[in-house]
Order: sequence, then structure tokens, then C-alpha cells
Amino acid sequence: MASAEQVGAPRLAPPPRRGRGRRSPLRSWRLRDQILFVLTWTAGIALCAVLTAVLVFFAVRGVEYLRPSLLVTHPSASVTQSGSGGFLDAIEGTVLLGAIGLLIAVPIGVVTAVWVVEFGRPRWLGRTVESTVEIIAGTPDIVIAIFGLAFFQLGFFSFLSFSEPGGAFGRSFLTAGAMMSFLAIPPIYTATRNGLLATPRQMREASYALGKTRIATIRRVVLPAVRRDIATGSTLGLARIVGDTAIVILLLGATLRLQSAGSFGFLSGTGSTLTSYIFNNSPAGDGNAPQKAYAAAAILLLLVVGLNWAVGRVGRIGGPPLHQPSRRLGA
Amino acid sequence: MLERLRRPWSDRRAEQLLGAVACLLAIAIVLMIVFIIRGAWPTFTHDGASFLGSGGDLDNQVGAMINTTAHPPASAYAVHIWPLIWGTLLTAGFAVLFGLAIAIATAIFIVDFAPPIVQRTMKPVIRLLAAIPGVLYGLIGILVLVPFIENNLLTQAEENSVIHVIQLTGGGLGLTILLVTLMITPILTALITDALESVPRPWREGAIALGLNPLRATVAVSLRAIRPAIVAATALAAARGIGEAVVVSMVSGGKAFAPNPLDGKIFIFEPVETLASEIVRQAENLSAPAVHSTMYAVAALLLFSSFVLSLASYLIRLPMRRYQVSD
Amino acid sequence: MSSDREMTDSEPDTDSWKNESLPIDKLDFEAELMAIAPEQTDPAVRQTHAPSTTLERLRVEDVSVFYGNTPAVKGVSLSIRKGEVLALIGPSGCGKTTLLRTLNRLTELTHNASHSGQILLDGDDTHQLIDTELRSRVSMVFQQPNPFPMSIFDNVAFALREQSRRRPRRRELEPLVKHALQRAGLYEEVRGDLDRSALRLSGGQQQRLCIARAIAQEPEILLMDEPCSALDPRSTAVIEDLILQLREDLAIVIVTHNLQQARRVADRVAFMYLGDLVELGDTEQIFTAPRDEQTREYIAGVFG
Repeated sequence: MASAEQVGAPRLAPPPRRGRGRRSPLRSWRLRDQILFVLTWTAGIALCAVLTAVLVFFAVRGVEYLRPSLLVTHPSASVTQSGSGGFLDAIEGTVLLGAIGLLIAVPIGVVTAVWVVEFGRPRWLGRTVESTVEIIAGTPDIVIAIFGLAFFQLGFFSFLSFSEPGGAFGRSFLTAGAMMSFLAIPPIYTATRNGLLATPRQMREASYALGKTRIATIRRVVLPAVRRDIATGSTLGLARIVGDTAIVILLLGATLRLQSAGSFGFLSGTGSTLTSYIFNNSPAGDGNAPQKAYAAAAILLLLVVGLNWAVGRVGRIGGPPLHQPSRRLGA
Repeated sequence: MLERLRRPWSDRRAEQLLGAVACLLAIAIVLMIVFIIRGAWPTFTHDGASFLGSGGDLDNQVGAMINTTAHPPASAYAVHIWPLIWGTLLTAGFAVLFGLAIAIATAIFIVDFAPPIVQRTMKPVIRLLAAIPGVLYGLIGILVLVPFIENNLLTQAEENSVIHVIQLTGGGLGLTILLVTLMITPILTALITDALESVPRPWREGAIALGLNPLRATVAVSLRAIRPAIVAATALAAARGIGEAVVVSMVSGGKAFAPNPLDGKIFIFEPVETLASEIVRQAENLSAPAVHSTMYAVAALLLFSSFVLSLASYLIRLPMRRYQVSD
Repeated sequence: MSSDREMTDSEPDTDSWKNESLPIDKLDFEAELMAIAPEQTDPAVRQTHAPSTTLERLRVEDVSVFYGNTPAVKGVSLSIRKGEVLALIGPSGCGKTTLLRTLNRLTELTHNASHSGQILLDGDDTHQLIDTELRSRVSMVFQQPNPFPMSIFDNVAFALREQSRRRPRRRELEPLVKHALQRAGLYEEVRGDLDRSALRLSGGQQQRLCIARAIAQEPEILLMDEPCSALDPRSTAVIEDLILQLREDLAIVIVTHNLQQARRVADRVAFMYLGDLVELGDTEQIFTAPRDEQTREYIAGVFG
């Protein structure tokens, strides 16, 4: 409704806008609330500070002690720092364990998740399997390691590691890798399970309507849809494997270099990983080469940070929850 | 014959096959319990309940075991691991206490007070903290913190006062608790933050509309609403804290000693070993049968305690269901 | 919401307040209305009522509310008097809920919200009052009943506990809780077990609990944001009766998209459209002789 008056009328300045009004001042809060307020800020800042401190510390030490040559030289027994070589074997060990662990964990984790979500009959069995994964997730790695030792020291498994009459040694990449899979299975299971639950029913129903069997649907339609979740879970599992020390100490025999033994050469032999290398070179182990420990630590940290960054990129928005399904933590 | 293979698998067969794989895990757990108890059997039969008791120097007892032969007499199995139990209770207990306080405070910070930018960065920060391998914390502990504490917080006189019993280094109970707290707090924070964020908005809005300030609204309503989640998260963190072996073994002082609170300030620096760290310490000696069986008994205790934690968490959450919205 | 209905929502005969009749000291429009549009009124429920005083409680002066740069409310002025019910009506998105939430500064929970103009509570600029104090004087009931996950008693006593200097004892709180529950018409139904979880009540009971919770602090103004839209007709009728009863002591501002409800409970009606206050007047005038074209169309159901 334009009119001549409106065009000619002077335009008033828009009235001033106000944002938030007067709020309950901190001073007026009860003492316990004031303390709590300060504590929450302190906690938040402290956590950030700790992370920064750790990252900066290892970055600095890493720059100080890390040389590219260390990454490609084999370690050798020596009393001097310069003579003791690099930690190539440790890196190889880490990679090897990660590979073996994932090779076992991914199929088992994915298949279990598929069975629980898609089938899960009878009910009690489905629930039991779910609980089992939770139990595995909650079991300390040292207990898993001890179990592995007992298991693979059975004579039956002597081909998997170094053995002599009287009993198998029980320690090898194969045995350690097998137990590492326990660490990776819960994240893979959870991620796959959540991914499967999130796929829309219409997708499956469309496939059934075309006459496909259940299993074919799973193979051709559903699994490809959760590829990302599987990748996320695997990366998380790999991060756990790479960072674990207890299983390595108990099940890998802690030799400086990769030794072959048993029936599968290196695989059934012993060696070390980045974690056990760091442990052994610290005053806690028998070496006393903190410089090497720092260098290896920098690499390990880089690896773990990189894996977690990859999770953030590969995964769905924000990545999967860090933990067991949150519905479990509800009422 | 090839025809049979090329025919699409029947659903039924596939289900059975998949189910069998799924059951592998359940079987694995059962095997785990069986093997550990089997390994621990000699100690259980020879020691009985006194296994858990206290008496004598644990390190000496274990040391004596290392040199035993293939079939040691019953007396060789005698050991009293109370110092380990006490050490585990102390370290995990305090770590959970501190960790819970920090986690709740941080969660409230993230959800209520942090500016949006800070909120977005806190999530990756926590995730990263949780992912840092324990051995790195242990490294910092043993190479940086131990000398620092020894030089600055511990006096020579204090060290001399107890030198006849134990050797005080910078490590010990205090540093162990610190590091274990550092290890379990990130996961605890992540869980509690998720729970806090999932509290239905109307509850918090309703509290604010009634005249509460935001902090009060969160504490009085949201925290109350997520009590079951807090319990479950605490149980998980406690299990992690109890099972933490490598970090503890790096900084805990190297002697299986039961720290005595009555010792005053020294208490914080007294060496300690936990159930898990002892297993790591004896890793090379496991071939001696008496050591072997003792360590398996310790592992059995660890396993048992994590089951107890899960059960306790479940039981504690049961009466809370009364006030929760069922989902 | 919990589905077990341990208590029914029907009123027991012991509720004497329902049978009281309210004083009528204004011209009786009923006969006129019955002649014009008998099907639009329910004489059993409608009661005209003049505010016992014309004490102005809340005054809104040229208020505009913005989310970012988008205005949700444009230049609204009105006043709310003690003892009366003011209904805000209008189609979705017209700004009535935003205006309501500005009255107790709940809009501040949204980060990019800002406003211009003034809101005076008994002469005090609400913007200058401490927000927690303001909200204890201006209470709100929401569309979805949102009882806290606690017992009935704890819900009603909630604000009382939090607002006091020191922690009051249960003994001290009991009469206040009882009074609030009585005023909300819920006491008789729950008196048996006040420690029961509030989530076990039926929808209508939960909403009455929220009302009890809101009036426990004896606020001056009660804001209601479509309080009955999530309830069944029987509960709605119960709550409408409640509103008529409560206005004795409070001023009530109710947002509703249900025109019949506005007609039943309100003394004055404000019609809003796209952020503007189009028309404000007595209920009867708005519904029978609206001055504005848009109001007429909205009432007639041309758009909604």
C-alpha cells in the first residue's frame, strides 16, 4: 500500500537493539555454585592444557632425537647410543601386529554384528553375544594377554611359535596378533552394528521385493552401505592395537630384531613393536636409551594421531561414539 | 557338484554359519575363564584363602618362587598378595574419584559454559587424549616427573627415614594415581558429555523458566537425569583403571609394598604394585611353575573383579529406573 | 510418556470449586450470542468475567524481537492486567510464541536473539531485572508437559528448594506443595503418594503438575504456551477450568491456535500475523465484531 506520504516521510532510525539482559551475577550465587563454576572452567582448561603439553613435549623431543635414519635402520645390540641403530624392526613389528590383528578382527567383528542385527535368533543367544562383546571390551589387556599365553602354550599350537620338547613358547607375532584382535573386535562390532541399524528399511525391502534372499541382500546391498562404518571401526581398532603394550610384552618375546622361528618364519617368530621398544628403552625396561625412546615415542604419537584424524575424516559426521552403544548407558 | 556351490546360499544355512562365527566370541570368553582358572589352580589349592591375605614381603615370596624346579612342593606356592590388592584399591579408587570429578566438571563446562568454538574443539581434544597410548604417559612419568618429584618434593631426610624398609623414588603411589587418572578421565568425560547432551531439552528449559541459573539447572536436573549413565561410565572407567598394567609398572616404585596412610606425607611416595602391574613385572619369570600359577591366580582375580564391577553397575542402576523415562 | 494410567483424569465429586459460579457484573452477551451463532458457544463452560481490578501487571512497549536480522515480532504494544486472561492467537509463525518467550526472557537461550523496546513488570524494566528473579515472578508452562524425572513432591518443591537461601526442610515445604497442587486441581488425585515418579502420571496430570510447579512460587504472571495442544479433550477441559480459576490471583497469558479455546477462557484476545499485532480487544468483540479485515478472515477460518 504505497502512498505519497510514505515516500516523503522522514525515515526514523530503527530503535536500538538489545541482546541479553541482566543476568544473575556470579557474586549472587550460592557459594557452592560459585565454586562449581570455577571448577568447571578449570577442568576444561586443564584438559586442553594436558593434551597440549603432551603433544608439544613429544614434538620437541622428537625433533631433538628423531633422525630419518632411525626409521630405516635395524636395531643392534650395543652399549652406545650411536651404535645401537634405529628401530626399523619395531616399526615393522607394529605394522605386522596391526595387520594380523585386523585380519582376524574385521571378519569376526563384521560377521558378528551382521548376525546380531540381521538375524539374532534365538533371542537369548543374541543378547548373550551382545553381552559378550561388552565383556571383551571391558577386559583388561593384561588378562587377554595371559589368556593368550595359556592358550598358545598348548602343545597343539606349537607350530605357531618357537617350541622345544616340553612345551611351546607361545610367543610370536601370530599369537600376539591373535590376541590383539580381541582389542579391535569391540570397536569394529559397535561401528558396524550402529551402521547396520542406521540403514533404512526401505533399502532392504526393495531388495527383497526383487526376489533376493536375505543373505544376498546383506552381501550386495547392506554391507556396501556400511563400508564407512567398518572402516571407521577398523581404524579405531587399529589405533588400539598400535597403542597397546601389555599384550606385546607378554606375547611377543621382546627380541630386538625380528627373529624367525616355528613353522611360519617371521610370523611365528619374535620381535618388538614401537610400544615395547619404548618400554624397553626407558628406565623401566633393560635398555637405558631415553633418546631412542623419545624418537620412537614421537613416531608412535604421530601414528596414533594420524589414525584418529583419519577416523574423523572417514567416518560419518563426527565419527562414531568412542564407547559402547550409548543406549546401554541409559536407564 | 559345482552346481550346488553356484546356487545361492539358502538363508538358513547362512544364518547358521554367521551365528557360528558370532558364537566364537562367547566360546572365547568361556575358554578364557577356563584357561585362567586352570593356570591358577595350583595356587588356589595350595594357598586357599590366605592367598588374599597379607604376610611377609611379597617380593621375597615371589623371588623365592622364581628359582623353583619343575614340580615344586606345596610350600613353594605360599604367597600373600594383599599388598597387590591394597595397591589396586588405592590407585584405581582414587583415580576413579578424581577422574569422575574432573569428568563431570568438564562435561558441564562443555555443555553449558564453553563458547561454541571451544565446544567444537573439545570433542577432538578428548578423543585424542583417550587415544594416547599408555606407554607414552609412562614415559613422561618416568623420564620427567619422577626426577622432578624426587628433586623437588622429596627431601633426603625423608628418604633416609625409611631407607631400611623401602626406597623412595619420585614415583610411587601419588604419581601412579595421577597417571591412571589421566588415562581414564578422557573416556569418562566423553561418556558423560554424551549423556549430558542427550538430556531432553524441555527439562532444562523448564528448569530455567522456573528461575534457576544455568549451572543450577544442569546440576539439579540434567545430572540427576543421567545418573544411570554416570554409574555405567564409572564402572567402565574403574575396570580400565584396575587393568592398567604398563603405566603403573613404569612409575610405581618397583616394590610390592602396601602403602600406609598413617605415614603422613611419605604415604604419597611409597612404592606400590597393583595386580596388573605385578603380572607385567613377572612377565619373564612365567616359566617357573610357582610364579606361573601365582600370576594366573592374580589374573583370575582381575577377571573376577571386572565381572563384579559390571554386576554392581547393573544392580545400582536398577532402582534408578523408577524415575527414568523408559525408551 | 508412561502409558499406565493409575489414576483417571475424570474429576471426583469432591472437587467443590468446580461448582462455584463466578460473579457476572458485566453486560451479558450470552443471549446475544446465542441468537447470532448458537453453535459457537457452549453456555455451560463460557463465563464472562470482569477483572476485579484494572491493575496493570505487565506492559509491553513497542517490542520487536529479532533472530539474527530476521524480525519475528514487530513493534508490539499491549498490557496485561491482574485477574485477566489474555490469549495470543494467530497462524503458525506469526510470532506469538516468540512474544510469549520474550516476556520471561527465555528467548535469550537462543544465541542470536535480540530485541528492541521495553517490557515493564510492575514498572520495572525486565531487561534490567536479574533473569532468575524475573522468572520466579513470571512463570511458564510449556506445550509438552515436561515434569522432571523425580517424584511429584520434588517436582513441585523444585523451585522452592532452589530459590531459598538455605535448604528448606520437607516439613516446611509440605504445606506449600499441597497448596500448589490444590490450586492446580491435582491434589486429590495424587495425595496418596506424593513420592511417586512424576513420569508415571497421565498426560493431563503431568501438565497440571507442571502448572502446580509453576505456581508454587506464587508468580505474578503465568505464561502458557499452547498448554493443551498435546492433551486429549477431557484433560483440555480440566485445564481450561483451571485457568479460569487461577486468574483470580494471577495474570495469565496463553498462546493458543485453538480459537474455541481462546473464546472459552480468555478475557481479551490479541491477534498476531507475521510478527505484527493486528488487533487487540475483548474476547467478544474480537470474535463477533472484529475490526480488522485479517482478523475477520482468520476467525472465519479463511486461513490458519
